[in-house]
Amino acid sequence: MAHAQDHYYVPHDSHWPIVGTVGLLFMMIGVSIWLNGSAPGFWIMLAGIGVLVFMMIGWFGNVISENQQGLYSDQVDVSFRMGMFWFIFSEVMFFAAFFGVLFYARNMSIPWLGGESNNFFTNLLLWPGFESTWPTNGPADMGGDFESIPALGLPLINTILLLSSSVTITIAHHALIAGHRGTLNAFLALTFILGFIFIGVQGYEYVHAYRDLNLTLASGIFGSTFFMLTGFHGLHVTIGAIMLFIIWLRVLKGHFTPTNHFGFEAVAWYWHFVDVVWVGLYIFVYWL
Amino acid sequence: MTTAVAGGHEAHDDHGPAKGLKRWLYATNHKDIGTMYLIFSLLMFFVGGAMALVVRSELMQPGLQFVHPEFFNQMTTMHALIMVFGAVMPAFVGLANWMIPMMIGAPDMALPRMNNWSFWILPVAFGLLLSTLFMPGGAPAGGWTMYPPLILQTGDAFPFLIFSVHLMGLSSIMGAINVIVTILNMRAPGMTLLKMPMFVWTWLITAYLLIAVMPVLAGAVTMLLTDQFFGTSFFLAAGGGDPVLFQHIFWFFGHPEVYIMILPAFGVVSEIIPTFSRKPLFGYDSMVYAASSIAFLSFIVWAHHMFTVGMPLSGQLFFMFATMLIAVPTGVKVFNWIATMWRGAMTFETPMLFALAFVFLFTIGGFSGLMLAIAPADVQYHDTYFVVAHFHYVLVPGSIFAIMAAGYYWLPKWTGNMYNETLGKWHFWLSTIFVNLTFFPMHFLGLAGMPRRIPDYGTQFADFNFWASIGAMGFGFSQILFVIVVWQCVRGGEKATDKVWERPIGLEWTLPSPAPYHSFTTPPNLEAKEAKA
Repeated sequence: MAHAQDHYYVPHDSHWPIVGTVGLLFMMIGVSIWLNGSAPGFWIMLAGIGVLVFMMIGWFGNVISENQQGLYSDQVDVSFRMGMFWFIFSEVMFFAAFFGVLFYARNMSIPWLGGESNNFFTNLLLWPGFESTWPTNGPADMGGDFESIPALGLPLINTILLLSSSVTITIAHHALIAGHRGTLNAFLALTFILGFIFIGVQGYEYVHAYRDLNLTLASGIFGSTFFMLTGFHGLHVTIGAIMLFIIWLRVLKGHFTPTNHFGFEAVAWYWHFVDVVWVGLYIFVYWL
Repeated sequence: MTTAVAGGHEAHDDHGPAKGLKRWLYATNHKDIGTMYLIFSLLMFFVGGAMALVVRSELMQPGLQFVHPEFFNQMTTMHALIMVFGAVMPAFVGLANWMIPMMIGAPDMALPRMNNWSFWILPVAFGLLLSTLFMPGGAPAGGWTMYPPLILQTGDAFPFLIFSVHLMGLSSIMGAINVIVTILNMRAPGMTLLKMPMFVWTWLITAYLLIAVMPVLAGAVTMLLTDQFFGTSFFLAAGGGDPVLFQHIFWFFGHPEVYIMILPAFGVVSEIIPTFSRKPLFGYDSMVYAASSIAFLSFIVWAHHMFTVGMPLSGQLFFMFATMLIAVPTGVKVFNWIATMWRGAMTFETPMLFALAFVFLFTIGGFSGLMLAIAPADVQYHDTYFVVAHFHYVLVPGSIFAIMAAGYYWLPKWTGNMYNETLGKWHFWLSTIFVNLTFFPMHFLGLAGMPRRIPDYGTQFADFNFWASIGAMGFGFSQILFVIVVWQCVRGGEKATDKVWERPIGLEWTLPSPAPYHSFTTPPNLEAKEAKA
């Protein structure tokens, strides 16, 4: 705990949260009426997202400029760190829900549909002939025959990409602390480039799955868990790579010092989190 | 950036509230945001209460009288969603905002701007949810638990329901992060973890639970959304999924959620009983450990909500015994409250009356919970009015009474004026009599086999239902007294002293009444205070 100060720091009020609220309102109304079949909803949603992006630029910009003016005490820095830690914990729990679904489907619902445990008659009367296998699109063959993506192809390349990016960001971090700006610039740039390549490979894999393998979101429980887990992960990689890019721009502007670089560390934590989730994905979705 | 950044500490020390609407829209002050939370929650309490009265009016007599069964189901669903996410949770967040910085010697919450955002998302979320009442197909009617496949039959309201739940989750997670960071990082020097007031402790644990389970709920409703619109098969057996899976995920969220709604209530009661018994809280450390144990156990009991889904016997046994285990730490708490009062110099002002009623009536709800935990017995009780009686006992004379108690207890500190004790006592006695009249007969209805969420029933249930409906009307209209008391107290009245009560414990009583805009601008020195005392 940082209690060294005589005075507490309290930030002045801000209009950015209410801007974000308006953005969320438009986004949620837009996407809802779009899903209900009304085309203009799509544009309302985009407008809402636009307002949210505007809010983020403004809010983060505000915080960065206050930090650059040296307004923040050590205690504020600790608050930011703890806030980021608990935010990442909430993200972990979000992914845990989907990993839980995968576990439940593979160890419970699929074997039960195949007649295991006390479900002999479920299998015999409701889904005769269904055998418990993985991957599967269920007893009704949802979405038709499909193939899954072998673990040793593109996913292995992606694993190598992401694991290397975790190494490069650590090198960049050490360079930042040691004050080696050249190394910092280069390795941070390398990190987000690896991130964007990952997204490209993932996109290619999706196209391949939809076009050649008939593996879609509608391919039963396998397609559902596959695309939801990798999709939400891909979304997080995208967000992380954008954050890395912005942090890189801030490095170029000389925002960070060896002792004051919470923004960098927050993004690095987030990037490691995304990396760990990927390792889980690689093992449980692609490999096993 | 349009506003100038206020430089230096002097500017911060002086700045009072902004003028007009900006004070509320741009608010970063924990008291302003806490007030908005409390007012919002009171508003939702009446909206959700009005829906409950529609339900009770229909159920007053057998047969269909007032509303269409479809609309009846919309009312039960919306009543639950609004009361859980709109009334009880925001009320406790409001109390946390007001009290935690004052109790730990901080100037404000740790992340004041995020605090603003987590509040203002709520009106948007409930605006979306309430707007579904006017949509084709009406509001969601599949129950607040949103079980598929039934909930997938919702009309245009469906995506609005999902996204409003997302927004409520977003708000709760941000609020919880703020509470945890405030408690861990903003305590005055000398306030070690085991010197924190119980309300702060229970909120620390609650916030942890919120961050752990709200994302899981978000995941669950996201899967409902993709099952509905994007062809996934998470809850569809034909595709290899399982509708029961939703129940598992939902209750993995849902069971910690019930402790999210009761742990801060435990905290409030643990503040009030010592004050009016004029004795320190009995067994403080054991209270902390009990609350932590309850939080831990809440993660491994979820399937007791699903004993009738046909889960394997080993699962039923595990969840039955784990659930019963919760009675141990809860019992520790109840006995500690009683031991606190033992040989205390007790007085019975309104907050104490509500706290005492809480201890007694919450325990009734706890016992009926134990009955429900018994898997073979639950097969009978499941989805009957016994369940309705159980959770209303822990939520209404439980959580809501604790919120009322907290309101009366801290109103003088907030407003600087004493509330009207006579009206407060009237409010208490009317609430207590009517709440029991409403919910106690439901135990008998449930044991006799009356199912919940049904607008009509057999004539053998008529008498108890009649009395329950009378009780509900009485309880509902008694709450208007609370609004009158609060309004009078805000407007004026006898000036409150800084300590307000005779022998209260805690830093909040060292501040003037009403509390200054920024609670502590410099950290209070606890060691010096203790030395003086």
